[in-house]
Amino acid sequence: MKEFMMIFRNEKQEGGQAPSAEQMQAVMKQWQDWIGGIAAQGKYGSTNRLQSEGKTIKPGNIIMDGPYAEVKEIVGGYLVVKANSLDEAMEMAKACPNILYGGSVEVRSVMSIEYDPTSSKFLDTK
Amino acid sequence: MEQPVLIPHLFRTEYRKMVSVLCKLFGIEHIEIAEDIVSDTFLMASELWGLKGLPDNPAAWLYTVAKNKTKDYLKHNFIFAQKVGPAIKYTSNASQEIEIDLSNKNIVDSQLAMIFTICDPVISPEAQIGLALKLLCGFGIEEIANAFITNKEVISKRLSRAKETLRAAKIKIEEPGLKKINERLDTVLTTLYLLFNEGYYSASKDTVLRKDLCIEAMRLNYLLIENENTNQPNVNALFSLMCFHSSRFETRTDENGELILYRDQDATLWNKELINKGEYYLNQAARGQQLSKYDLEAAIAYWHTHQTDTPEKWESILQLYNKLLQIEYSPIAALNRTYALSKANGKEQAIIEAEKINLTDNHLYHSLLGDLYTDIDSVKALKHFGLALRLAKSKAEKTNIAQKIKMLA
Repeated sequence: MKEFMMIFRNEKQEGGQAPSAEQMQAVMKQWQDWIGGIAAQGKYGSTNRLQSEGKTIKPGNIIMDGPYAEVKEIVGGYLVVKANSLDEAMEMAKACPNILYGGSVEVRSVMSIEYDPTSSKFLDTK
Repeated sequence: MEQPVLIPHLFRTEYRKMVSVLCKLFGIEHIEIAEDIVSDTFLMASELWGLKGLPDNPAAWLYTVAKNKTKDYLKHNFIFAQKVGPAIKYTSNASQEIEIDLSNKNIVDSQLAMIFTICDPVISPEAQIGLALKLLCGFGIEEIANAFITNKEVISKRLSRAKETLRAAKIKIEEPGLKKINERLDTVLTTLYLLFNEGYYSASKDTVLRKDLCIEAMRLNYLLIENENTNQPNVNALFSLMCFHSSRFETRTDENGELILYRDQDATLWNKELINKGEYYLNQAARGQQLSKYDLEAAIAYWHTHQTDTPEKWESILQLYNKLLQIEYSPIAALNRTYALSKANGKEQAIIEAEKINLTDNHLYHSLLGDLYTDIDSVKALKHFGLALRLAKSKAEKTNIAQKIKMLA
């Protein structure tokens, strides 16, 4: 099985009403049930959510506050899954709660270290 | 206590203490000598006590005899004494008289040192459990063989190979320092977890033996709680899990040793004291920063101490399984999670998820799908119950599935 990373993106939201505790909990449940379903197939790798705090650095030591100063969409988190093919990973992604809330899921094949042509040198410690 | 009952009882409680102390004194190279000295002591007890009656304090008598036998052994085995002598911390140079410390503190310290020695990853988990049963729990080879449902030769071979491996690796029997505790504690907990499960889920019908295995796992786990360095959150979580599970020990098998399903158990017979203990240690475990699989399994077991179904119960169990599966996948957790999903989110969603987990050679998988399809699609329900019946092993499970088929037909 290969590894695939799902990258969750959402439109930048400004203003509006903060969700209630119940709404937050309902959203959390949808995510946990979705990830739990993948884990129940033995296909879970790892996951993390990203907070909005962050900075971006660019060539010339240009530092920008916030990870999303110039973009409309921000990355909210990722999930690494195991699947036999990109199609299979896409099948899993279809049920992702992010889509219900207008966000997107980008599914990318992970390049493992064995496939990286530079890795043999990297690993050779002798 | 009459003598025929007393000796096996003392054997169970004192053998392991004396063996641990002597093993720690002699080092890994001479475990057998330690075992022989203690076994000889018990042999002498059974002969003498039969003739002369019981001494005033049988345990103290055993300790004294074991001490004297050890001293004799050292005196008459010059080479052994030369090899081991210098390593023995208690040797007083002036008199060359060794002191064998059978104080409660040294017994506890020695047992802890032995737990960390036996749970060395150089030997397999089965060998670790076997050695723990032999050296730390005072089990005989035959009992261990019964617990593993195999024969004595297999166990004897397994244990001598394990001892040989430990010797070859020159593993030291010493009180674990903080570094070793941090490195090794997970392996120790895994061994105790497996030891408990061996008793709790064993196919053996010997319920007394199975209960003993669970009690021993709990006793060793408790040793870790009593020591401040090993009294860590996951140690408390595992103990909590064992308390919750064993609260149902008496109600989960019938008089023939056959399993009684959870929902058919008489909840009034569940052991309240153990449930309370489980809650206490689960709270102790909650001081930790990180959730271990034991925290999650203990929390799931906690919810199962409430037999009545509530939406809160099943939603909590579902979320705990969602997290547990992210820490460690297992087919049984996947099946239980799907069952919780059906209770929390409904059968339709659970069927979709169940079809994805694809454990087609597992009778519990087909049993679950049979249950989920019941009242939705009788043809499919019957198909899955049929497959489950063919794959099921235990009599209780077969009877249970056959009943469900009968209800559908």
